[in-house]
Amino acid sequence: MKITRKDFLRLSGLGLLAVAGKKAVRAITEAAPSASTPKKTKQWGMVIDLAKCRQEAGCTDCIKACNTAHNIPQIADPAREIKWIWNQPFETVFPLLKTDYTKQAYTGHPITVLCNHCANPPCVRVCPTQATWKRDEDGIVMMDWHRCIGCRYCMAACPYGSRSFNWQDPRLAIASFNPDFPTRTKGVVEKCNFCEERLARGKRPACVEACPEKTIVFGDLLDPDSEPRQLLRTRFSLQREPELGTSPSVYYLV
Amino acid sequence: MRDRPQIFAGLLIFVGLFTFPLWYGHAGKTSLAAPDIKLPAQDKAKQCVAPLNYMRNSHMQLLVNWREEVVRQDQRQFTAYTGKVYDKSLTRTCLTQCHTNKAEFCDRCHRYAGVSGPYCWDCHIDTKLTARSTP
Repeated sequence: MKITRKDFLRLSGLGLLAVAGKKAVRAITEAAPSASTPKKTKQWGMVIDLAKCRQEAGCTDCIKACNTAHNIPQIADPAREIKWIWNQPFETVFPLLKTDYTKQAYTGHPITVLCNHCANPPCVRVCPTQATWKRDEDGIVMMDWHRCIGCRYCMAACPYGSRSFNWQDPRLAIASFNPDFPTRTKGVVEKCNFCEERLARGKRPACVEACPEKTIVFGDLLDPDSEPRQLLRTRFSLQREPELGTSPSVYYLV
Repeated sequence: MRDRPQIFAGLLIFVGLFTFPLWYGHAGKTSLAAPDIKLPAQDKAKQCVAPLNYMRNSHMQLLVNWREEVVRQDQRQFTAYTGKVYDKSLTRTCLTQCHTNKAEFCDRCHRYAGVSGPYCWDCHIDTKLTARSTP
């Protein structure tokens, strides 16, 4: 069989084109599915009934339960204290709702606050080491204390003051240790983790379980039949400072 | 070669100083003997999450992997080479189920090997600590 030089060049050109075409087609078809982000299946959220909480003035069962569950040091100095869930005056929790009469109405009835596990968390955006991140599967704003370098950018970014810094060795201020959870060390930031270690074992958060009045309701905000969603459908609710665009996952019923 | 005595004396001093760590080791009885660690009971030792040699050389790597998987990937179960499933927990698995004597096992060997870290125990709890009552 005889082949001219012209035919040979023509054939090899066609062959190269075919290979390039196949690669291009494959690249396009494969890129399409991987480009879409993994679908969020859950967003844990919390609903706190202020009316019910008000009836139990002075109760701190949820706070105590959290402190024991997570080995939270008890430091009196407000500049150094560590807080995961705590009480705060109404005017500081909902500053835009402050009126001439709220102080009177809410004296002796502080609001229980904790990390809001925002849908759009500013703390995550500023963390230089990704020690804090939003978990795709369930929306919990997580912390990796191994990775935290203690720069406190997240504390500056969080508009709710949900984060505390360990200025001293926390172990010295813990009366008794819960071996199921680690303590932290000097120089790291910490905050509420929505009891992700308990959720992994199929338990509800410690504060939810501790509340005798079922004031705190916990569940999946993406499931329209979940307990919090049912409450949010039927009652008037508030988020903390929604105007900031953080979209908190903790709601307050009034 | 009139400086021969000085040269040899200098050499002798140099060799003496250079090999000083060896002499010192022998004199101080900090010899090459293995560290005096207290092993867990035999029946427990056979249930370790990985074979002895792997654990001896690479337990730190295993623990780093566990840490990464639990904290960042929410994968909390570890299937050992024997097929047994363990919780990836330093306190609740390693210390509670097997090495209840951290001070005589982990610490002694680390001290012997001159491992100045690890800072695991700054946060993770040694079960013996839980009884502490005075803050």
